[in-house]
Amino acid sequence: MNKTISLACGNGGEENNELISQVFYKAFKNEILDKSEDAAIIHNGELAFSTDSFTVSPLFFAGADIGKLAVCGTCNDLAMMGAAPKYLTCSVIIEEGFETRELERIVRSMKKELEINGAIVVSGDTKVVPRGSVDKIFINTTGIGKVLKKGISSNNISKDDVIIVNRDIGCHGAAIFVAREGIEMSSSLKSDCESLFPQVEALLDANIKITAMRDATRGGVSAVLNEWSRQSNICIEVEEEIIPVSDEVKGICEMLGFEATALANEGTFVLAVNHEDAPRAVEILKTFESCKNAAIIAKVTDTHLKKVILKSSWGTSRFLDTPSGELLPRIC
Amino acid sequence: MELELKNLYDDFRDADTIKAYAKIIKVDAAKLKNSINIMEVCGGHTHTIMKYGLPQLLPSNIKFIHGPGCPVCIMPKERIDHAYVLSMQPNVILVTLGDMIKVPGSNGSLQTARSKGADVRFVYSPLECLKIAKENPTKKVIFFAIGFETTTPMSAALLDAVIKQNIKNVFFHINHVTVPEVMRELIDSRDIHVDSYNNKIDAFLGPSHVSVISGSKIYEEFPRDYNRPVVVSGFEPVDVMQAISMIVKQFIEGRCSLEVEYKRLVTYDGNVKAQELVNRYFDKADLFKWRGLGNIPKSGLKLKLEFKEYDAEDIYKDILPIGEIEDHKLCICGNILRGMANPPECTIFGTACKPTSPIGSCMVSSEGACAAYYKYGNLV
Repeated sequence: MNKTISLACGNGGEENNELISQVFYKAFKNEILDKSEDAAIIHNGELAFSTDSFTVSPLFFAGADIGKLAVCGTCNDLAMMGAAPKYLTCSVIIEEGFETRELERIVRSMKKELEINGAIVVSGDTKVVPRGSVDKIFINTTGIGKVLKKGISSNNISKDDVIIVNRDIGCHGAAIFVAREGIEMSSSLKSDCESLFPQVEALLDANIKITAMRDATRGGVSAVLNEWSRQSNICIEVEEEIIPVSDEVKGICEMLGFEATALANEGTFVLAVNHEDAPRAVEILKTFESCKNAAIIAKVTDTHLKKVILKSSWGTSRFLDTPSGELLPRIC
Repeated sequence: MELELKNLYDDFRDADTIKAYAKIIKVDAAKLKNSINIMEVCGGHTHTIMKYGLPQLLPSNIKFIHGPGCPVCIMPKERIDHAYVLSMQPNVILVTLGDMIKVPGSNGSLQTARSKGADVRFVYSPLECLKIAKENPTKKVIFFAIGFETTTPMSAALLDAVIKQNIKNVFFHINHVTVPEVMRELIDSRDIHVDSYNNKIDAFLGPSHVSVISGSKIYEEFPRDYNRPVVVSGFEPVDVMQAISMIVKQFIEGRCSLEVEYKRLVTYDGNVKAQELVNRYFDKADLFKWRGLGNIPKSGLKLKLEFKEYDAEDIYKDILPIGEIEDHKLCICGNILRGMANPPECTIFGTACKPTSPIGSCMVSSEGACAAYYKYGNLV
């Protein structure tokens, strides 16, 4: 570990994992935490429990705002464990001078998103700090969900599963980057920020055999696949050409030297599903407006255990690494 | 028809075209008497080659040697330490390009400086410094300028604008370097301690974007004086495969010449206006130290004396560290860059020297040979 914490330690990739494992896991070690799931499963497997803090800048961006994000983020973590989001807490830290109107706008979009999830906020906390102590507003939400299907876990993926992604990837990361850096371009690019519980519910209602689900937030799809390959001791072989990526996101990646698989998402999730059920799962996902591009992108093998392999359409392959460092444009 | 971004690259990544070139190269390479080592000079090419897995498409008698052409990788610790010290000065905003901010110097990287309170920013275009300077009139904006021939004109354009707009708070720390000098160093070093005589480089893949600025003429000496063919190539996989096939053809036909694959934009003379702009503000520096390769004569640029008032190296000369930092004794980057050793042969590869704590230049970014071996591992 470095002596000081750098921005790279919060990137959802390698440095982030190092910080979590060497500082927090070391101190808080217990059986539930060690499972490293999106949400902790507690109370004899009946409840899912998760927390997330939101610090996004700018607060309002194409496709969503920090309020919608704060509800989606926590509810999605619960949904990924096959749970229906039920009760949330909401803590806000506000910088002095913040406009009340903006706060109301944020809270309104939280309310709307709670309704989509069928969840309610049951406790909260508000702090106001002097100018400069936080960047406008930070929000933390913590949620409890009722587990609808037990046994969903990133530790149980096997060769019987294939990997599905619910939609085209990288929109949130690309949209935020464009907004933050003030890159002026005409495009329909917007964040994918969305509550995933309705999609999960539809899959569970249809009795799809889901082994694992994870929303591909910071670190993107490649971080999820790498975590899974290690947690389940498998090799994941991805067909690069089949990964759905919109032209807008491809364009941003092209200009700045990013990989779409490393970009953050807020309404994109990866599923490991029994191969027999996979085509049906894709069909169900495609009934959702945002999921027209849902696709089976990878198979599980034992070629290179604990590794993710990316295969090109001209027959070459390479490792797809966990993203590392801050997301920085390449120079040449 | 409206031109979309994807029109610019789709065809150049076409699987059938790539496979067709692979076939041509295979047939031609079978006629070769000896194997060929091709150095792609530029980190951008290394990136393409590794990202698209091109070595897997080539027969075993054609190999790549990954070159020194990544401006971030070759930045010696001395210069990074300069940037670090400058960024920690009161009222300074240090501006640089992209991933320069993550490379560690002796006290840490610019990211470390930023986490300690320094105002470090990265920009896409040096001209963004103008906006930063206007928004922060009480601060000194120091542009830590890096890059090869491709980015130098932008630094020159920034200085040009600073002078014309009479802006008083933009300064420069110049670390621009040039491609032909380092190519020459690899195959014909003037340093008696360097074994360039036994280098294994048989041909060069020249970066197209450098030649868009400087023309293809800058590579003329290599086929002429050193018997090394050069093909100037674009950065898409189809470009690189076509360029390789052009190199192989030269060998089987017994030719040795300078050819351009990237005819879309490269001319013999290049962008004369950009060259004029660069020549107006910059002189060749006598020496520039390259990480992993040491001092190379005339391979770097400096601001002309008459623009001294904009030169942060001059203004801050009393506080900038001057001591030399030796490259790690066990680091064999020099030999790797000459094709005389492979990364795994280095005793500190993957142990003391890793992408998160690079010792030699080849481990610094994904564009270096060692980092590529480390990252993409045993599939290549």
